[in-house]
Amino acid sequence: MATITTEAPAAVPVAATRAPLWRRAPAGLLFVLPFLLFYLAFLVWPTLSAFVLSFFNESLTGTRGELVGLRNWTEMLGDAAMWSALGNTLYFTALSTPALVLTGLVMALLTNRVMPMRWLWRLSFFMPFLLPASVMALIWVWIYQPGFGLLNAALTSVGLSEQGWLSDPSVAMISVVIATLWWTAGFNFLLYLAALQQIPQHLYEAASIDGAGWWQRLWSITLPLLKRTTGLVIVLQLLASLRLFDQAYLIYIGSGGPAFSARPILEYVYDTAFTSFRFGYASAISSFFFVLIVVVSVAQLKLFPSRREDAR
Amino acid sequence: MTAVPAPRRPPQATARAWNAAGLVVTAVIALLWLTPLLWAVDTALKPESDTTRIPVTWWGAFTFDAFRKVFAESDLARWFLNSTVVAVGVTVLVLLTASMAAYGFSRTAFRGRRALFGIVIAGIMVPPQVLVVPLFREMLGLGLVDTYWAMILPQVAAPAMVFILKKFFDGLPRELEEAARVDGASPWRLYWQVVLPLSRPVLAAVGIFTFILTWNNFFWPFLAVSDPDLMTIPVGLATIQSSYGLRYAQIMASAVLGGLPLLVAYVFFQRDIIRSVAHTGLSGT
Repeated sequence: MATITTEAPAAVPVAATRAPLWRRAPAGLLFVLPFLLFYLAFLVWPTLSAFVLSFFNESLTGTRGELVGLRNWTEMLGDAAMWSALGNTLYFTALSTPALVLTGLVMALLTNRVMPMRWLWRLSFFMPFLLPASVMALIWVWIYQPGFGLLNAALTSVGLSEQGWLSDPSVAMISVVIATLWWTAGFNFLLYLAALQQIPQHLYEAASIDGAGWWQRLWSITLPLLKRTTGLVIVLQLLASLRLFDQAYLIYIGSGGPAFSARPILEYVYDTAFTSFRFGYASAISSFFFVLIVVVSVAQLKLFPSRREDAR
Repeated sequence: MTAVPAPRRPPQATARAWNAAGLVVTAVIALLWLTPLLWAVDTALKPESDTTRIPVTWWGAFTFDAFRKVFAESDLARWFLNSTVVAVGVTVLVLLTASMAAYGFSRTAFRGRRALFGIVIAGIMVPPQVLVVPLFREMLGLGLVDTYWAMILPQVAAPAMVFILKKFFDGLPRELEEAARVDGASPWRLYWQVVLPLSRPVLAAVGIFTFILTWNNFFWPFLAVSDPDLMTIPVGLATIQSSYGLRYAQIMASAVLGGLPLLVAYVFFQRDIIRSVAHTGLSGT
């Protein structure tokens, strides 16, 4: 707790009152101030004002709408489109989270060993993560085309039937999951790879001397030591999946997919705000969703206390 | 050793079999992961009339027409410039403000420091996507819609970066600062001339990560800007599907060019980028 000692204001009252404000403020506060201004203006204020807005019937016209109390919130609770969009987001999260975590783990386990052309394997796993969402969407829309699309061509060439990847309501969200798996598995892969490289090599050597095979070493050394990382990766992935917007919006060019089957809740917020111009109602939905995310975040803090867990 | 008959296969052979199996599985997954990119490049190099031909082929006529048309007709160069301005602007501002704040929280004392740090940390939980409506309203009020500022300013509020930098500063030995302070250095000089030079690796990690996130960010710039002259690469590319109609070779050529800058950067800074993403990604929570 070493501290920077500034002049105690009480000791030099005359100088202190005459000095400009920025000289009298504690130096530490001045260091924090620039960030704080950005933080207050673009994070704290919008968060609070979303809650406030949700009680008004405001539209894009700029004039503050009238106070409507809880009407936005009660309307939302009875809004079938909102629930179906929330359902879409949860469906995407339930499918994508295990797939993305497992794929990242498998990729890391495979390439954390000495092998020929390791740089190439690692490069191909991670590269898609560096692409903007719009590039990823353009490529996958092309792949998902009927007839001349690569995926359907591959299916028919092995005797399977074509799928309406972009047109069948029961498949539309799965297409988003597959594209997302390809796009961001590389991120989880890197997190796992970094964790694997932290495992001391002598543990494996000791196990080899005891005659443990690859499989045994995986189950009794590697996976137990990856427990904490896995907790972290799951939580990060869960929160990232819940925030689905970019891919779904871009793949279906804002249409929400066939029969809105691929419209996540954040896209419904966007549609409500910027197509129907109902800012107040959109704020109610996003505040509701925000509370949901905070609940998940707090639950993860309770489930995976990140710092004192090292003993396990 | 040789006298004892081995009950199972010798461990050497088993290990070799596992290694070979691992290599095959790795190669198959890698091929799956490379295919979409290769297919995009392949399509971009076809004449437009060949792209929708059935059955699908990888090999056929070869032309740079699509790339030539994209260069001639699209605003890709302009979008590239805009992306650079926004990503560099955000990265510089994040590095400066977040490292200053982290220094303040790590090395100075003022009333309410702990409480304030707690409030900043709580912000990590706020998903920026839920803020778009009030943020857009705020930008309307400030008259910043359709400016670079509208894209840059909100992305500077990155509490996770303050957290990462503070953790690093906390671990720096204080002896050097003590020595400089005895010599009469001001807190600003301690920060600028002692702490920052010691923090190059973490600053690079935070900077690279911020740059990648900002470069690829879609949702907020898409809302903040509708003037085609101000669009970033992700926002501009989102408009081409409707404007190009069904010209797939041209669409894929744009996609390839749009994804290229970061991939090229990756080839040059592979080590730094991997370290940055792994480090920042893990400690960001």
